[in-house]
This record gives sequence, C-alpha cells and structure tokens, in this order.
Amino acid sequence: MIGIALPGPADFPAWREAARRLLAAEVAPERVAWHLAGEAAGLFAHEAVPEPRRATISVPRAFPELAEVVIRHRDQERFALLYRLLWRITHGEHGLLEVATDPEVIRAQGMAKAVRRDAHKMHAFVRFREAPEGRYVAWFEPDHHILEAEAGFFVRRFAGMRWSILTPEASAHWDGEDLRMGAGGRRADAPAEDAKEELWRAYFASIFNPARLKPAAMRAEMPVKYWRNLPEAQDIPRLMAEATRRVAEMVARGATPAAPRRQRVLAADVEAPMPADLFATQDPTAALAALRAEVLADRGPLAEHATQAVFGEGPIGAALLFVGEQPGDEEDIAGKPFVGPAGRMFNRALEEAGIPRAEAYVTNAVKHFKFKPTGRRRLHQSPDAGDIAHYRPFLRREIEIVGPRLVVSLGATALRALTGKPLAITKVRGEVVRSEDGVPVFPTVHPSYLLRLPDPESKEREYARFLGDLKGAWREVQ
Amino acid sequence: MELRQKLEILADAAKYDASCASSGTEKRDSRPGDGKPGGIGSTEGMGICHAYAPDGRCISLLKVLLTNACIYDCAYCINRATSNVPRARFTVRELVDLTLDFYRRNYIEGLFLSSGIIRSPDYTMERLVDVARILREEHGFRGYIHLKTIPDASPELLAEAGRHADRLSINIELPQEGALKALAPEKDLSEIRRAMGRMRLRIEEAKEARKTERRAAAPRFAPAGQSTQMIIGADASDDRAVLGTTANLYGSYGLKRVYFSAYSPIPDASRMLPPQPPPLVREHRLYQADWLLRFYGFSLDEIMAGGEGGMLDLGIDPKLAWALRHRGDFPVDVNRAPRERLLRVPGLGAKTVDRLLTARRHRAIRSEDLARLRLPLAKLLPFLVTADHRPRVTDRLDLRALVAPRTGFAKPVQMALL
Repeated sequence: MIGIALPGPADFPAWREAARRLLAAEVAPERVAWHLAGEAAGLFAHEAVPEPRRATISVPRAFPELAEVVIRHRDQERFALLYRLLWRITHGEHGLLEVATDPEVIRAQGMAKAVRRDAHKMHAFVRFREAPEGRYVAWFEPDHHILEAEAGFFVRRFAGMRWSILTPEASAHWDGEDLRMGAGGRRADAPAEDAKEELWRAYFASIFNPARLKPAAMRAEMPVKYWRNLPEAQDIPRLMAEATRRVAEMVARGATPAAPRRQRVLAADVEAPMPADLFATQDPTAALAALRAEVLADRGPLAEHATQAVFGEGPIGAALLFVGEQPGDEEDIAGKPFVGPAGRMFNRALEEAGIPRAEAYVTNAVKHFKFKPTGRRRLHQSPDAGDIAHYRPFLRREIEIVGPRLVVSLGATALRALTGKPLAITKVRGEVVRSEDGVPVFPTVHPSYLLRLPDPESKEREYARFLGDLKGAWREVQ
Repeated sequence: MELRQKLEILADAAKYDASCASSGTEKRDSRPGDGKPGGIGSTEGMGICHAYAPDGRCISLLKVLLTNACIYDCAYCINRATSNVPRARFTVRELVDLTLDFYRRNYIEGLFLSSGIIRSPDYTMERLVDVARILREEHGFRGYIHLKTIPDASPELLAEAGRHADRLSINIELPQEGALKALAPEKDLSEIRRAMGRMRLRIEEAKEARKTERRAAAPRFAPAGQSTQMIIGADASDDRAVLGTTANLYGSYGLKRVYFSAYSPIPDASRMLPPQPPPLVREHRLYQADWLLRFYGFSLDEIMAGGEGGMLDLGIDPKLAWALRHRGDFPVDVNRAPRERLLRVPGLGAKTVDRLLTARRHRAIRSEDLARLRLPLAKLLPFLVTADHRPRVTDRLDLRALVAPRTGFAKPVQMALL
C-alpha cells in the first residue's frame, strides 16, 4: 500500500498533485491509502510512489469542478472515491461523469450536493452579533469543511465591516482589507446577545401567517440542527402552539362591522366621460374625443385579455386615412397604432413615398389585440367576421369624423371591414372601390405581409409594389 | 409608538404578499472598485432564504409596509380603509436603519417595501422611492430591493423606482375583472395592465441598451424584472380562469413570476368574503399546472382535461391526472423516447429527464438505475418502459389508486386545522 498524507481536510491542490503522481505511475486505487497529515496512515501503507510511467492525461473539465467541491465533504472516503473516479475516467470510461446512474457517480454527486447545500445554508444562517468596537462576530457549525471556500462570500457581502466567523474547526477574520484564517473556536468566544435580536424576533413572529401552518416544510428547509444558533428559532414552538387558537378565534369572530372611512377616495385623474350631446355639436375634435373614450371603454370579447383598446391617430381632415388589421403586441402595450415591426416598415414606406406621417390618419379595423397566450409570448390571431362586425360601427364613425379624401385599406381584414364583403385583394388591388358608406377605398396589402415573405427577392419585389400603391394613393389626393 | 410595535403591525400587514424572491438580479458586491467607494451588500444571482417561518415560507427580505393606512377599500385586504386594525407608519429613516441593521447581522437579503395608499398615489410612491434612494445613494447598499409599484404613480417616479430597485411589482389581485370591480372598487384592471405594459417596455429598453456596446450607460431599470400576485379563492373564478389569466400575464408583460396566494382568513374580515378559505392544496396544484404550461409543453386544454368542470384534481398532481386520462400515450420508453415525451411521464422532472438523456447515450437504463436516482418508482413504472421492465397495468381501472400518493396532499390535511 502507498500512504498519501494530505495537509488539510479540503486541500484540493494537494490532492490533485498527489493524484497526478499516482496516475503517472499507474498506481491502481486499491493500492492507495489516503489520510490527513497527523493521522495514522494504516499498518501497511509504507510503500513510496513509484517512478512515473506515463505522461499527464487530460480529463473532462467536469471532473476537477466536481472534485473541488467533493473534497470539502466530511466523509473520510472522499479522497479515495475521487481517485477511483479519476482512475476510471482515464482507463476507458472517459464519459463516466455523464452516466448519472453509475453508483460511484451518484455517490460523488450526492456528496457535492451536500457540500453545496451546506454552503448555501451557511450563507443563510450565519448570524452576526455586534461585539465591542463595532466588530461583528458569528458562531456557526457547518457539516463539512467549507469555511475557507465560503469566506469569500462574506467578504464580498460585508467588505466594509470588520467581522469574524468562528466554527469548531477553523475561523475566518476580515479586518476590512485582508482575510485571515485561524484556529477553531468555541461558542462562548462569540457575543452572547445582540441588541437588535429582539426586533428581528418580533419580525419573524409577525411575518408568520398562523392560518398556513406547515411545520414540515419549514423543517425541510431549516433543519432543527441549525436552530440553536438562530435567535429567531427559540420562538418557533410558541408560535406553533398558538397558531391553531389564533385562527379559530379569527374565524369565530367572523366579519366585523366596517370602521368609518377616514378619508374619501379621490378619483385619480381619470378622464371624465364625454357627454353624449357633444356629438350633436358638430365639433369634430370633440366628437373624435368622445368616440375615442367610447372605444377605450369597450368591453367586447377581445377586451378581456388585451391591455387596452388602441384608437386611431392623426389629424382631423387628413387627406389619407390608413386602416390596418388590429393592434399587435407592441401597439397593445403602447396604446398607439403602428408602432411594432409592421408599423416601422409602414413608416419607412410612407417616408420613401413622400407621404408625411403627421399628415396621415392611421387606425385599425379591430381595436383590441387578438392573440393566444403561449408561454412567454403572445401569438397573433386573425380577427374573425364577428370581431370585425363588433368594431365596424366604431370604424365607420371614425372615418366619418376624420373625413379623408381617400381611405387606404391595408390587408384583407381592413378591406372586409370597410366594404362588408370578403373581397380578395389580388382582384381589386390598384382600383378604387367604395365602402358601404360610399367612401372611396384604395386596397393594398398589409405591411406585415411583407415581413412574412421568406426570400429577399420576393420581399424586394413586393415592397416596391407596396411603395407604388402608396405613391398612387398619394397622387389620387393631390 | 415604539419601533418594535410599528414593526409588528407593519410586518403583519405585509405577510399576505407571497413573494419573497431575491434572485435573478445583476451581480453586485460591496467592495470598492470601478471608481465606486465600498458599500454594503451583494447579490450573486441565487436568492437566499435566511429563515423559514412555521408556515413553511421563506424569509429572504425584510417585508414590511411603509404604512398600513389606506384610502382604498379592497374587501380582501387587511389594510382596507374600513378595517379596524391598528394603524402605524414608519419614517423613511426608521426603515433605512432597520434594513441596514438587519442586513449587517445577515438576517436578510434586502428589503421588500410596499404601502397602503395615503393622500395620493404619487405621495405614497415618493416615500417608497425615498427609502430605496437613501439606501443606495447614502449608504451604498448593494443588497436586493423590491418595491411595490402603485399603478397610478407618475412616470418620473416609476423611472426612479426602477433605477434603485431590483424588482418592481403591481398586484393583479384577482383573476377576473368583475371580481376586482366588486371587491376592490378603487382599482382598475385596465390601469393595472397598462402600468405592467409600461414597466415591460422600460425593462426591455434597459436590457436592450445594456447589450449595445459603447452606448452611454442606459438608465438601470429593475434588472430582476416584474412580478405580480393573484389571490385564489376570494372570488368564484375557477382554475381555468386563473390559469388563463396567468398565461396572459406571462405572455403580455414578460413577468418573472405570477404568485398565487390562497385567500387566507384575515382578522377583521369583510362580509363580502367567503367565510372559509380554500384548501391550501389548490394553490399548490395551480403552481404545478402553471409549471407544466410554461416548461413542459402542455396546453391549457390538456391540463384542464385532467380535472372536472374547470377545476384541477386536488387529490393528484395535474401531470398524473392528465396521464391517467391519456393512457393511450403510454408506456413511454426511457431509452428511446424524445425529450418531449419523457417530460410528460408522471414523476419525471425536467432535470431528471436531461440527466437520463445524457446517461442513456452511455448505457441502457434499467429500473434499478431509476431506484438509485431515488425516483418515485410506484408512480413512474406504470408509465415507463426500461431495459428490464414493461408495464402491464396501464389499462387497469384501479391504476389511480396504485399511483396516487397515500399521504400528504392527497388527504385534506390542512383543512383539519380549521
């Protein structure tokens, strides 16, 4: 047997150095007895490591990452287990760590998990107490050899404080600039109390909801072994004992008479609804505002899931009025028409066609976003005949108030909303048709159609055609 | 009033908010660097629960209200204008000191601050923002801050809140608009949604700007995103309505989390509320269903097919309920089936599925391997083919009895309390 003495319980560099020498000398795991310096090496472990017989061998990066954590475990077998894994990885089982069902892999993964959990619980359950001269001192009892590895966490968090963490095995001290590791301590070395603990215990007791008593869930995450170092834990038995009675009293008391209101609610600046007779005034600005208020208050079927209704935008008396299909994701959030991807494409085309957007009126046939919620995104859904019919009266009045010389319909939904008929754009594109109210309508495609085209050539061709349509419409109204 | 008494009242008033998350924000620590002096606190991605109360809930943040006085009269809320609870109010300074005192002793990850509405939405929001600003700017506090946002507050205040806070949230409160109108007459669903939409835009802008190289530092805005909470069981909404609204919220506003909070009896309850709370297990099943919708490729219709009349099965988890009604889709071969099929096997989680997919490239998976991974075999094996096992029970009528858990949630344990 070859005895290997390691200088510290979690000294990964020393273990790695020894393992490299053993591996280079082709020493099988059964021939190695690992122990800590100062401990007995075992009766027959007196052989030296033989001369190297092979060059260094590379192992998957996952191995040192795992080994560095496993070595902090308190299990005395950890050094040998890691060497066995290393041996197997370098002797025909290169992908061993990927075999989650292998008993030795399961054991090492389990140990790493225990160490990580211990570290996480240390981050959570260390409780500092204020000592004289503004120092903070904590007493903590980890399960594994984690203090040195985790001290950095407390340095990053409490760099401006001077603190010490004492454990039975070792201690860590931070003076504001340097970290020093020291010998183990005793509980009595930390302050016995802290002036703020009373407030913390009061908080712990008050944030607890007695109507949801679930002590098993608490113990699973905050095991009883930690309680003796947690000031708040001393209140747990009392809180649990009182919980049932508190809830029973609450239910028995039932509803109580309302207290008089101390302050009247001030309506936030909600726009006052427009009086209906404003319509009769023939003032188009007031009429459009009234219609807008009516659309925003619409509670039709699509309103249930949308953020808000999106009303049209632009000057009254605009020569061109564009009607799109419906607001999309971005329009729904912003409350403005044509601001999403299709809107950006539309703006670009308007600019190239020489049509100032500020002089055009843009709106949609359907005023709410129709979509299917799927996971993290909303999938656009085409409005059906019922949706179109629901919003049609709004659209007709909007057009009537704005009074454009020509309406440009973008896409099939808009055309249908205007004419009341399911016309194919390909058949009527480039002609001027009449809306049900006799308004001239110039049909073209929706800009989102251009976005959906797969290949660059057809994209370019169709964009040019769309641009031609816009220019044609603009000429019509000059 | 003494500080301790204030703390008791204002923590008690905050405990009905389920969220206590402190994860998912940017990395920061308290060491000096980048021209910044040192401060206190750190965030490293993973949240930390510093304690657990006997209700099994994590205590990560100091979760308190600035004040529990409120001009709104929401029936389900302990702080409503017409409730008889004692009222208290922290000063901004008291909150700042309390947060720092707790943080230095490693009791908390940071602060979750909310408030009743006093005077006006802007006045209230201003006080909340003050606390966050003083912590960040005067004390170099780098811990986690979650601010409850008031939907009607001004855009400038929202921008400042987002600059200092890691997370912002607005509670949707109830699954359906009608219920909100009836129980919270001063709240307006459209306004809540618009406010969530505005937050989404700002969060996306800030994220986008960070990606762009060499751009002047974009204003920081809530790097841990926004969340919301919905009360379950205070109104008549069924599980389908709850899950539908939830899916809509995730999809529309990019929420990090939608928290469900089973309506819990409150002292001094309003007469408009149901006399008995819903079983806590309903909240649990809703979370499971929500998970299946977002991470396991299930559709709402599929999940609801496992229950009856728009409600999930309380006795068994929703994946098992679905599987029992779709036995034709089973058994699934653990050594051959694609990831999507394995994700649908009751008892297999996403992590386990990924480990099995990697492991099976090296050797065939046998039943004993599953046992070694400590998977729930009684639940799994009726649905799974392994190298040495082929189930013969998939069409048995008593399969539910074979696979349903015999303890825990299957029995209405919590109800016995009341």
